[in-house]
Amino acid sequence: MTARRWTVRLLALGYLSALLFIPVAMIAVRTFQNGIGPVWTAITDPNTVHALWLTLQITLIAVPLNTIFGICAAIAIVRYDFRGKALLNAFIALPFALSPVVVGLCLILTYGRTGWFGADLANQGIQVIFALPGMVLATIFVSLPFVAREVIPVLREIGTEQEQAAATLGASSAQTFFRVTLPAIRWGVVYGVVLTTARSIGEYGAVAVVSGRIIGVTETATIHVNTAYQSFDKVGAYSTALVLAVTALSTVLIMNLVNTRRGEG
Amino acid sequence: MAISVEHVTKRFGDFVAVDDVSLEIEGGSLTALLGPSGSGKSTLLRVIAGLEVPDTGTVALLGNDVTRVPAHRRGIGFVFQHYAAFKHMTVAKNIAFGLEVRKRSKSEIKDRVAELIELVHLDGLGDRYPSQLSGGQRQRMALARALAVEPEVLLLDEPFGALDARVRKDLRDWLRRLHDEVHVTTVIVTHDQEEAMEVADRVVVMQSGRIEQEGDPVELYEHPVNKFVMGFIGPVSHLGDAMVRPHDIQIMLSPNGTTLPAVVERIVRLGFEVRVNLELDSGERLTAQITRDELDDLAIEQGASVFVRPRKLQEFSNAT
Repeated sequence: MTARRWTVRLLALGYLSALLFIPVAMIAVRTFQNGIGPVWTAITDPNTVHALWLTLQITLIAVPLNTIFGICAAIAIVRYDFRGKALLNAFIALPFALSPVVVGLCLILTYGRTGWFGADLANQGIQVIFALPGMVLATIFVSLPFVAREVIPVLREIGTEQEQAAATLGASSAQTFFRVTLPAIRWGVVYGVVLTTARSIGEYGAVAVVSGRIIGVTETATIHVNTAYQSFDKVGAYSTALVLAVTALSTVLIMNLVNTRRGEG
Repeated sequence: MAISVEHVTKRFGDFVAVDDVSLEIEGGSLTALLGPSGSGKSTLLRVIAGLEVPDTGTVALLGNDVTRVPAHRRGIGFVFQHYAAFKHMTVAKNIAFGLEVRKRSKSEIKDRVAELIELVHLDGLGDRYPSQLSGGQRQRMALARALAVEPEVLLLDEPFGALDARVRKDLRDWLRRLHDEVHVTTVIVTHDQEEAMEVADRVVVMQSGRIEQEGDPVELYEHPVNKFVMGFIGPVSHLGDAMVRPHDIQIMLSPNGTTLPAVVERIVRLGFEVRVNLELDSGERLTAQITRDELDDLAIEQGASVFVRPRKLQEFSNAT
């Protein structure tokens, strides 16, 4: 029994090490190969700073929007019956199934200069593709499902009795939502937000397609890593990659903290 | 009238849950809606609360038509079978909920919550979370929460259904005493005839979405209008087309002209009460309920030949 447990444990750890721990550790080792000086120079490089700042901006717009949409969609799907509910349910899962590159192309076809709305938008002086709006759209698209997917099962589990009780006690729909529903689903929301944030920060494919990858203008952190690596700026690539890896690791840690606390709530 | 329901019908798809029901409930009374599951009693209660909208018919509270008024503006208190406790709030916060959404002052809320915690005997548990309470405590918390806003009517949907028999009995007595103290018009839904008879001033018996009979417990027990009410309100034995209560069957050792011969199949002693299962010559089976002393006087055992006489037979013309 103990022997078997150890074998399973070793197998799991070995698998994780080969695929995750060692590569992530290698990034850290390689980054600091020549000491902290070059790393500092690489990270404070205006293009790097701009790339990180752009990623932050995109995330700060995409995450709140997807959180609000995700909660609304989850409530609509769980609490109401309407035509096209199955379709909404399927569409929410679509970004999981679609390759980010395809997402990027779809956006170009719709909002690009020769696209559906592109010309009209351009006449209004709004540039979507090769600019921030397009990159935000791409990020929203790929990180859309997380909040809804996390909140739906929690909403199902809590049922409607608490909400009905709130109504009989005199709470309006808004009061019921903020005082009863939202606190009851809060850990689902937090979990969804963490996943959405991680995905938004890490997105490469869709954003790369719609951004036009203009250095210092539409270059996000992930694109910057790739550009730096391809132009043999290894320290630049590793340093930015490490920043991303540390951010991702913190998100995962937060997620685990949330998971432990969810048990108490 | 505190509550008047007029010609209410509620369907769920093809299923008619409540079928053209009219009901008047007097202010300050404690009424039980009694019936088997699927009889429409809970749906009727939820229609009164505003948690369901009737397809046709009207509901009035204190003379005001509230048929289209949403639940949160009806001034009612509702207690759910499974407590519906706000799990993320403490007991005190749960009880304060109705007052907080009404924006009452902090000091008023504090005083009222303290008062209610005492009323429902949850002293010292105000800072606990619902998950740290027993089922009985949770239901008392839910009751305090419903009473906090001083509702015009208090509606209880199988409030003790999820509790074990012992706690259920205690809470039932307690609810009766509470009602005598606070006098709020109360409607309790139950499928347990003993609970209904014990706690309520007035019992409304429902079946298949309709009211079969309403009256005070004694009236229902003594003068049921049909076979269903007779059978649902207490135990019965059948004697041909007639029905008889077990305690209305007299057992004798010798015939007297009006008796029927029978054989004792089994004797079940339940403390002071004794249940005697009998088989008549016709093959019909009866259950007689006698006292321990009566059994001692008869000195009968299983397999004994006896003579039985129903003291009071009830016959119903139509087959309902």
